[in-house]
Amino acid sequence: MSSLAPSPEDPAVSMTRVEKVFDSGRSGAVTALTGVDLAVAPGEFVSLIGPSGCGKSTLLRLVADLETATAGTVAVFGKSAHQARLDQDYGIAFQSAGLLPWRTVRANVELPLELRKVPRGRRRERSDELLAMVGLADFSAARPHQLSGGMQQRVAIARALAEQPRLLLMDEPFGALDEMTRERMQSELLAICERTGCAVIFVTHSIPEAVYLSDRVVVMSPRPGRITEIVPVSLGERDEDTREDAAFFSAVTAVREALRGHPDHSAHHASSTVRGVDLR
Amino acid sequence: MRLVLRRVAPALRSGGYGVLAAGLLILVWEGYKLIGSPDGVSVGGVRLLPRADDASMPHVGQILERFGRPEVAAAGSPTVLVAVLRAMWFSFRVALAGWFGGVVVGMLLALLMQRFRTARDALLPYVVVSQTVPLVAIAPVVVGWGGNLAVFGQPWQPWQSVAVISGYLAFFPVAVGMLRGLDSPTAAQLGLMHSCAASYWQTLIRLRLPASVGHLIPALRLAAAASVVGAIVAEISTGTRGGIGRLIIEYAQSATGDPPKPWTALLGAAALGLVAAGMVGLADLALGRFTPAKGAR
Repeated sequence: MSSLAPSPEDPAVSMTRVEKVFDSGRSGAVTALTGVDLAVAPGEFVSLIGPSGCGKSTLLRLVADLETATAGTVAVFGKSAHQARLDQDYGIAFQSAGLLPWRTVRANVELPLELRKVPRGRRRERSDELLAMVGLADFSAARPHQLSGGMQQRVAIARALAEQPRLLLMDEPFGALDEMTRERMQSELLAICERTGCAVIFVTHSIPEAVYLSDRVVVMSPRPGRITEIVPVSLGERDEDTREDAAFFSAVTAVREALRGHPDHSAHHASSTVRGVDLR
Repeated sequence: MRLVLRRVAPALRSGGYGVLAAGLLILVWEGYKLIGSPDGVSVGGVRLLPRADDASMPHVGQILERFGRPEVAAAGSPTVLVAVLRAMWFSFRVALAGWFGGVVVGMLLALLMQRFRTARDALLPYVVVSQTVPLVAIAPVVVGWGGNLAVFGQPWQPWQSVAVISGYLAFFPVAVGMLRGLDSPTAAQLGLMHSCAASYWQTLIRLRLPASVGHLIPALRLAAAASVVGAIVAEISTGTRGGIGRLIIEYAQSATGDPPKPWTALLGAAALGLVAAGMVGLADLALGRFTPAKGAR
């Protein structure tokens, strides 16, 4: 793990006045993000939601050091995002599982460890543990194309957790899954977070998904991408009944109204939801 | 083992279809001889269908029978079969040298172009343009330059010119195919490697190279065919003796008196191409793990 153990009081992520301009200085410059201030506490689950083009994926990529901020600071466990990436302080999962088709499930999970030259025995031990955690212990020798979409995504999550990160970055990881699988994966993800104590930043298009998973839902709007509101969600322990709960529906409504940019008390206007955000 | 079988079985099946296709071709050939006019079919002075007489289209049996008879009437002359096989062996070795050189150069170019944007912008157009230069035009240049070279203290051999020209054809599909293969990893795969702080070499060895195999195998097959064609054409245009290209020219001269003879050399050349492509098929079998199975992404 990291040589510089992050001190416990450091926030998992801290962004101050962050701005990201693509092609800055050229005529086609696009401001993807502006004036972003966000802090994520250790162990906290935060979702980013907003219409297409609001910069939520860009925000995630800034934290992951896959992009560099044009202005402002991005700190991960008190270090620069760059240092945090080098120290493997976070794990990441994308919408497409991005598994290597020529590797077995186990070898895919072990890839991050292999890149860090973790000895074979320890790799195997860790991948056994991770595959058991995501319920794929029986599929360790399978190839990715033999698995369903949900199973592939579980492999990707196991791989993201390989280095025991304390921060998990997820970019619409369940976006391509069917509704049933999606709900099951959400519950499993929460169970995994419970066990590992990971903080999570989760990008999604789905309001119920954001509400079900998160401690806080960060609502963003486009042109230029910025945070418009942060909706706290207090539903306590989640289980299958949570989705039927009145508190759940009121949180969904709160997020939907935040997305519209103004309070809307007539519940009949469901058809006028912001484009790019579905209600699943 | 089962995996190997799963890959061998379709190969056998397509091999079976290949034999079937050859049989069909023979049927069409002989069938046309049966019903076609000996003078062919001409419309307004343009011959649309070939002459079906024995001089233009010898029977398949005659061609096969010609393999068993001596090359020339002189005593001690080898049979045509032996002569053709010898020539094939000569051309095969030259083409193999050309193929190998072309593959190495093509791969290095692809790696360079993938790594450096500038190299790609500067080289790729020339890689493409290189294939529009007629072989006949390069042949004298290569022979001329080769004449001034000595490799490891040995004077330049004519076959080396042929190999260089053959490699000139073979490198192109490899450079283009491999470049596409190296570029083929998805954004998620590359993002993952980057997030794991993987170095260029780690990304190359664990992601880009394995991902390129699926594009590389067809490129190697094209290169094998190109190197054989290149070797045959180069033998003819440099006047190198000993190979199947030269044999085609020699046998063509006896077409009037001995119609089946030129066809034997042609069959030899075709067989050489099949052998070359078949050998790449073996490489495909060995690297099967890296080529996505059918139905997989």
